[in-house]
Amino acid sequence: MRPGFRKETRRLSNIPRDGLGFAGGSLLLVALLFGATLWVMGRVKQTMAANGFQALWADVLLVGVTLAPLALLWPSARSLGQARLARRALGQGDLIAARVASAEAHTWAWFTLGYAGAWVIFLLLVLFFIANNVAVGRTFFQLELIADSFGMILRAFWVNVVIFFFAGLLSLAWGLVIAVAKLLPGRPAQPIRFLATFYTDAFLSLPSIIVIYLVGFGLPLTGIGLFRNMPLEALAVLALTLTYGAYMAEVYRAGLESIHPSQWAAARSLGLSYGQTLRFVIIPQAVRRIVPPLLNNFIGMQKDTALVNVVGVIDAFNQARIIASNDFNLSAVTTVAILFILITIPQTRLVDQLVERDRARMRRG
Amino acid sequence: MGFLEVINVVKRFGANEVLRGISLSVEEHQVVCLIGPSGCGKSTLLRCINGLEEIQGGEIRLHGDRISGPGVDLNALRREVGIVFQSFNLFPHMTVLQNITLAPTRVLRMPEGEAQEKAMALLRRIGLEHKAQAYPDQLSGGQQQRVAIARALAMEPMLLLLDEITSALDPELVSEVLNLLRELAEEGMTMVLATHEMGFAREVAHKVCFLYGGVVHEEGPPEEIFKDPRSERTQQFLRSIIEAGRL
Repeated sequence: MRPGFRKETRRLSNIPRDGLGFAGGSLLLVALLFGATLWVMGRVKQTMAANGFQALWADVLLVGVTLAPLALLWPSARSLGQARLARRALGQGDLIAARVASAEAHTWAWFTLGYAGAWVIFLLLVLFFIANNVAVGRTFFQLELIADSFGMILRAFWVNVVIFFFAGLLSLAWGLVIAVAKLLPGRPAQPIRFLATFYTDAFLSLPSIIVIYLVGFGLPLTGIGLFRNMPLEALAVLALTLTYGAYMAEVYRAGLESIHPSQWAAARSLGLSYGQTLRFVIIPQAVRRIVPPLLNNFIGMQKDTALVNVVGVIDAFNQARIIASNDFNLSAVTTVAILFILITIPQTRLVDQLVERDRARMRRG
Repeated sequence: MGFLEVINVVKRFGANEVLRGISLSVEEHQVVCLIGPSGCGKSTLLRCINGLEEIQGGEIRLHGDRISGPGVDLNALRREVGIVFQSFNLFPHMTVLQNITLAPTRVLRMPEGEAQEKAMALLRRIGLEHKAQAYPDQLSGGQQQRVAIARALAMEPMLLLLDEITSALDPELVSEVLNLLRELAEEGMTMVLATHEMGFAREVAHKVCFLYGGVVHEEGPPEEIFKDPRSERTQQFLRSIIEAGRL
């Protein structure tokens, strides 16, 4: 055999650790956690008693929560058992069995650690909530007020949904127009390209709250008939469309530019015009690729509908603020926050799913 | 005067002069093969003939009509001159059938039904009628390339340009594409091929042109070029092809 790049053969011979210390530590941690939970729940019970609150279901819940960390005894016991197996195997010189058992022991000990960490955070939240005689709870989560104002908030939230819906559709269309204008080829289109670039630069740098302010207050002041008679909601839609049209345009542009030039060559070589190529070949492919970032912009815009209160539109946030200043309590605003979370989560999951699907397609080739 | 005349064409990409006054003449119903090392300008020449690249000097004539330079209706030209690419370039978001009917319906304004009938006839001919509703990524490379040829044929071009259309194919898929070309040649389709398939060029071509340094370095009937090349360069090129076991 010629001398080459072949390495000398050696035996792998690392000796595994049994993990007994780690496993024992995890067991100790569970015991500490149980003690801490006991103390926190005791504080909760005290607070309840101080406020004259007494209910069987609450007591059952408290006992249940107190016992919950004991469930972690199971993984930590498993860890301990595997660690002892590993030690025995080591004693007998069975390296492979020792490695397997030790890996198991470590996995279960980490499992215990992970859940214990989450539980600690939960306990801290509970402490925060009941601190200062449930001040936090009262300020943000007064159930009575939430129930009373819910109908009004929900009606006002409908305004957000309507604004968001129209501004969403319009900015999708407007963004595409801008993106195409930005990419027009040739010398004659130079001024158009310049205008489109200036537009996106300007509106990407303007905070949307300023655009809403200028459009919502300024345009009716001009006295131009069209704007004077427009409802405030429509002006809000216009302002958000102008802002988010620029964001959408950037996303579209990235999508259009990501289509390989060979697709242009193929379409043009068949005699399709520039416009036909764009419409039938390039845009359909580009849009498929940019659905996730477009949806992200959608979600961003949805949140910005709360800004329209600066011009006096009675949206959910504005309504909640009125309630909050009347009752000197923020629970109605909490309702708005929860509503926003509730409509956004399904959309973010959808984006995740679309991204994942895209990735799967890429992997397939 | 040939059917297609390329006269002293110059093409530059920046400072890089790819075509340096190349001239070429193709008769109607002829098959002309362009051979030569990579980077010699075969693909660029085909793209210039189709108007996908602008030329900086010389002119190109088709059927006596000047088709290069300002004022040429490129969309009209491309209706008459089809091109098939090395990487197929099918439209991935359309079915096979839609790929083929897109240009006839949108460019020639052919009614949808008629375009589909013609497309199905073409698909039958290339043996892929059962794939009409499939998407390109569900086809093998050879099938995709045959669809790309059918897509070009659907416009009933006077001239078909083929740019190394078998280079991206697995070896066992090459023959199905070449067989189709053979049939087209027999029917009298005028074709210009840039190719590395020397055996095929030898069998089908009426004329073989060896491109080197941005010009046609040597041209002639295939027997002459392959058996008895005059120029040193051509001999060298063919020797390396033979060494690689490709001839």
